[in-house]
Amino acid sequence: MSVDNSVRDAVLRAVPSLRAFAISLCGNVDRADDLVQETLLRALANINSFQPGTNMSAWLFTILRNLFRSEYRKRRREVEDGDGSYAESLKSQPEQNSRVEFEEFRTALSRLPSDQREALILVGASGFSYEEAAEICGCAVGTIKSRVNRARTRLAEMLAIEGAEDFGPDVATRAVLATTNE
Amino acid sequence: MDMHTPETAKAGARLGRDIQNKIGQQLRAIYDEVVSEGVPDRFADLLRRLDDRGEDNK
Repeated sequence: MSVDNSVRDAVLRAVPSLRAFAISLCGNVDRADDLVQETLLRALANINSFQPGTNMSAWLFTILRNLFRSEYRKRRREVEDGDGSYAESLKSQPEQNSRVEFEEFRTALSRLPSDQREALILVGASGFSYEEAAEICGCAVGTIKSRVNRARTRLAEMLAIEGAEDFGPDVATRAVLATTNE
Repeated sequence: MDMHTPETAKAGARLGRDIQNKIGQQLRAIYDEVVSEGVPDRFADLLRRLDDRGEDNK
């Protein structure tokens, strides 16, 4: 199996983002890297089924997610991350955030149901469209939208970022403004 | 923690833009932290090895 240079470069370019996604799924850097390795091997072995001109990154994310899901079913108990081990698995903090606030966010993120966390990360961090995320997760676009909404609401609740009700009047105002354009 | 019913999903639509921005910012910070580590050697090596092997075999 000889891999075209441009294909290999596209795969390599996707690796950093694949790792970030894998860590969010596994909650453990070592396991995440094993998952990425498995994904790369699987992808290159099936490179002929990749359609040139389509999104290489989305293709790799799909493979990674499917591998994770099939493993997850086998090892459900080990993978559960209700104790926040995902939060602890990442050690360093970017300077621009206060440490405490950052840790709170990580813990809250790790407590989301995995399907919500996955949807939120694909759309909110990986930069995929709702349509791409739906394809990666093998579900309807509406399902992704609802998972992302639920994830945001849960996070806001857990972090008690200025209770949602405080924003009621603002939202009402915006709604009024929005309707004037329709 | 409370059980979350479908009302939670509706509340999502009510979340203010400020909250959404804040969540998005923190999410990307966590994600980008990993992305900024780039491609670990093990993966660069893996792809190079596969490539060499591919050329040897053909």
